[in-house]
Amino acid sequence: MEHYNMNLTLKVWRQKNQSDRGQFETYKVSNISSEMSFLEMFDVLNEELIQEGKDPIAFDHDCREGICGMCSMYIDGKPHGPWQENTTCQLHMRAFKDGDTITVEPWRANAFPVLKDLVTDRTAFDRIIQAGGFISVNTGNAVDANALPIEKAKADDAFAAAACIGCGACVAACKNSSALLFVGAKVAHLGLLPQGEPERKERVLNMVAQMDKEGFGACTSTGACEATCPKGISISNINRLNKEYLVASLVSEK
Amino acid sequence: MRLLAFVPYFCSDFLTHNLVSMTWKQVFTSSVGRKLTMGLTGIFLILFLVVHAGLNACIWANDGGVMFNKAAHFMGATIVIRILEIGLFVFIFIHIIQGLILEASNRSKRGTPYAVNYGNRGSKWYSRSMGLLGTLVLLFLILHWIHFWIPSRFTGTPEVTYDNKTYHDLFTLMKEIFAELWVVIVYVLGCISLGYHLAHGFQSAFRSLGVHNKKYNNMLTSLGYGFAVIVPLAFAMMPVSMYLGWVS
Amino acid sequence: MDARIPAGPLDDKWTDYKGHCKLVNPANKRKLEVIIIGTGLAGASAAASLGELGYKVKAFCFQDSPRRAHSIAAQGGINAAKNYQNDGDSVFRLFYDTIKGGDYRAREANVHRLAEVSANIIDQCVAQGVPFAREYGGLLSNRSFGGTQVQRTFYAAGQTGQQLLIGAYQALERQVALGNVKMYSRHEMLEVVIIDGKTRGIIARNLVTGELERHFGHAVLLCSGGYGNVFYLSTNAMGSNVTAAWKAHKAGAYFGNPCFTQIHPTCIPVSGDHQSKLTLMSESLRNDGRIWVPKKQGDNRRPNEIPEEERDYYLERRYPAFGNLVPRDVASRAAKERCDAGYGVGSSKQAVYLDYAAAIERYGKIEAGKQGNDNVGKDEIIKMGKEVVKEKYGNLFDMYEKITGENPYEVPMRIYPAVHYTMGGLWVDYELMTTVPGLYALGEANFSDHGANRLGASALMQGLADGYFVIPYTIGNYLADEIRTAPIPTSHPAFEAAEKSVSDRLNTLMNIKGKQTVESLHKRLGKIMWDKCGMARNKQGLEEAIKEIQQLKKEFWSDVKIPGGINELNPELDKAGRVADFIELGELMCKDALEREESCGGHFREESQSEDGEALRHDDRFMYVAAWEYKGDHNWQLHKEELVYDVVKPSTRSYK
Repeated sequence: MEHYNMNLTLKVWRQKNQSDRGQFETYKVSNISSEMSFLEMFDVLNEELIQEGKDPIAFDHDCREGICGMCSMYIDGKPHGPWQENTTCQLHMRAFKDGDTITVEPWRANAFPVLKDLVTDRTAFDRIIQAGGFISVNTGNAVDANALPIEKAKADDAFAAAACIGCGACVAACKNSSALLFVGAKVAHLGLLPQGEPERKERVLNMVAQMDKEGFGACTSTGACEATCPKGISISNINRLNKEYLVASLVSEK
Repeated sequence: MRLLAFVPYFCSDFLTHNLVSMTWKQVFTSSVGRKLTMGLTGIFLILFLVVHAGLNACIWANDGGVMFNKAAHFMGATIVIRILEIGLFVFIFIHIIQGLILEASNRSKRGTPYAVNYGNRGSKWYSRSMGLLGTLVLLFLILHWIHFWIPSRFTGTPEVTYDNKTYHDLFTLMKEIFAELWVVIVYVLGCISLGYHLAHGFQSAFRSLGVHNKKYNNMLTSLGYGFAVIVPLAFAMMPVSMYLGWVS
Repeated sequence: MDARIPAGPLDDKWTDYKGHCKLVNPANKRKLEVIIIGTGLAGASAAASLGELGYKVKAFCFQDSPRRAHSIAAQGGINAAKNYQNDGDSVFRLFYDTIKGGDYRAREANVHRLAEVSANIIDQCVAQGVPFAREYGGLLSNRSFGGTQVQRTFYAAGQTGQQLLIGAYQALERQVALGNVKMYSRHEMLEVVIIDGKTRGIIARNLVTGELERHFGHAVLLCSGGYGNVFYLSTNAMGSNVTAAWKAHKAGAYFGNPCFTQIHPTCIPVSGDHQSKLTLMSESLRNDGRIWVPKKQGDNRRPNEIPEEERDYYLERRYPAFGNLVPRDVASRAAKERCDAGYGVGSSKQAVYLDYAAAIERYGKIEAGKQGNDNVGKDEIIKMGKEVVKEKYGNLFDMYEKITGENPYEVPMRIYPAVHYTMGGLWVDYELMTTVPGLYALGEANFSDHGANRLGASALMQGLADGYFVIPYTIGNYLADEIRTAPIPTSHPAFEAAEKSVSDRLNTLMNIKGKQTVESLHKRLGKIMWDKCGMARNKQGLEEAIKEIQQLKKEFWSDVKIPGGINELNPELDKAGRVADFIELGELMCKDALEREESCGGHFREESQSEDGEALRHDDRFMYVAAWEYKGDHNWQLHKEELVYDVVKPSTRSYK
């Protein structure tokens, strides 16, 4: 792959802490190689800022191989940037050209408050999982793994839903800041497996209740979540959640 | 399910691990329950549109409105239909109120807005504008009621006699109202809003009801687009036909 | 060194131990507090299991959620002696393969226990809803991995680590919801508190507010992963660090075999100075790909222009029996050898080709055969072959294309070895307890099960074995004697002193106000380590490295530049603390590598090789675990745990 260098203008959201109002700052970076990753470009910028005695830009990142779900930049109006099925850390600079201006914002949602600059608090997702995103089986209780055959198609669908990395791009992309793709993926993952059957009804009711409590919006099926999901989680998981919710509420005795 | 409307909405205060039961209250207040009601009422309204469009298509019988006026009379005269009409209004009311609450609630979830928007890269503009489209349809609907529903129920319409029986002459009323160009334009715009509203709403309603099978979803999506084009087009052609004198 | 291995025949040790270890009754468990550092496979599974048992658990992670721990990035799979494929696998074979793969530097009793519990792990994970790959009949699918002769690896596409971690994470969150575990995310452990010779708590820093917190615990479990980031560039996550383990080491826990590092052969090569981390491509790629370099030095032609007869399939040439499937350490060294000799490819010349052309053609022909069609054109065969390869390795190929911008279906991939895993870690006994009572180390953070080289798909197995099935028993044996110890108030002078030392250190760091950034110093450390304590090591290089690292340490503590303040979210300060610890660790690694004048597993001393360049072990002198005791700045004392092989007879590994 031929590589090239570029000069870019960055408009980055800066916010000292949760109570600060925040504003955009403009930075110029030069000689950025097309082979760099987007976060490596930020590394370069941060090194320069430190040398100039300025505060570097805080951003979340960890594995830098697209699986931990920690990186979370809203780049030029799209969570994780212009590439499809991609995370911020896997976005490479060859997606841009010399002279581009790139606007970088944090995930925006009341349920994901900004802690500093581009770092947000996504513990709401953990609390949604606590509400029911599990199968209650204590260590040592398990039967033999092959005791219960599972239809391959269902196992594959469960896997596809379980591929969610919990990054929150669906919330960031949704005009309603809804977390229903995240919740739907977990409800579908566990609901598709026979092991998840006993808790199926309370799981969906509790997880949705917690989602609402956290301050996420309602789904209106615009499809923005699916289009932005770095793992290609299908919106049909939301439909499945709707069904589970409907069934669970119809048969609920209370 | 138990009606607990009088109990404050306390479920969120439960320990997260307790089973939260689905009360009627939740059907109308939880995020998923809300869109469930939107979907159910929406599908009812879609069914109504089919009946309405079918009935109105009688104007093209070119019999001076006889068939149309008789059909309209039939709709107004049977008790079953009158009861359904009450249901229709209740559903329209729920759909509107729920839709407005949903829109307002959803808009409040973002906090600081984005400087650059995702725009059409991830979703269709009309999918994101259901609140706006719905409001336009509502405004149109109010005009439509003033034009036809209020006269036929309350203030009176021209009358016509076939076979010694008196009928409301809605056909003539239509001809009078659609003689005005601005009215025709507003109706056409209203139908366009309805079309886009349906383009998203039709398939979304079924999604909200839990249709997750890809085969059916694809089918419903195509059906929805077809419906969203054909039905509003049929409605829009009525004032246009009248205005241009295509029907006599 | 007493590893406290139970007496009796190897097969019965663990069963006997479980039958005789002390128990804590449920009412007392509620009064016992356990602190767990790290929420990867080992930490999350331990937190969930101990929470289920009724202990009061506090779990800490530096990420924003326990689900981010780097176990999530493991791709290939997890081994278990299930023998579902009826191909002759057994607990003994898994045990034997692990011991042999580790080049006879692991403890027999630990490894046997690992093999015994491996089957339970799969059961547990399936029960939790981990969506492992399945066959059409609905039963679990297996593949062979890393050159083993049986198919014992369970997998979930190329995301096995993710699925296992999500399973453990969900079990952990369930305990959080039940109130048995309290989760502290964005917290970093910065000191161990020891009172009267026993571990009694930690000092942790809230990374959002910068506040220091004191936490009491009857026992502390370090599940903080490996220290591959000492090399700056590795396949570890950016935040992976040695800090928790290093604090424990300085508080008295011995460090075992620090120089044992695994260099993974199939990583995407470095593209430039800006590189911040390396990305691994699953080892499973070697099942079908062929590795080669041009026969001519400095050949600048494009790979597709080099004819078959001018390619050197060096692994197939050197190791005809195993070919491209030789163990990781062997494959890595062979790649380095070719590149050092001037046969490397790509712009950096630090890469070799991993070629799928032959596999695509082979699979295409099989597909054509399935269709009963003998008259298929070559293009059609290649098209069908690509489909098969896409099905098997699609996600890896996509990842390669995203990073390099090259299409691996058309052009051979370029790969180069990278630091991947550290077999070394805190020394632990059979019960996973370090040399400090009440302080445990689990998973990659300990040294115990992989000897000098880890087999593919064994890291996930070890992390979960330690957390789900070992620690719930062994910790009881210790805590049974602690039921009378009331929680010690954190106003105790030992807590105060520990907190003061942490805050003094933070203040010192902030007040240096030098000129060099943390990142630049870390890069320099990485370069020293990679050049002199990397894939091949020698006496002279290691001695130089020690001097250079000592110099670097001086520079760090006199010239580091850290922006911002202490009482705020300050990633640079977090990183500075970690790099400071890496520098000290780097010195110890070189010291350990210098001491071990033999080649074994991932540790290759150039002085100790056979005539044809293969690793040469010296069992007579080095069949021990090197456990280093911290004695002060630049000063360590070596303790040796002799390794006794009752069952397996050590032999020379041969893959020819």
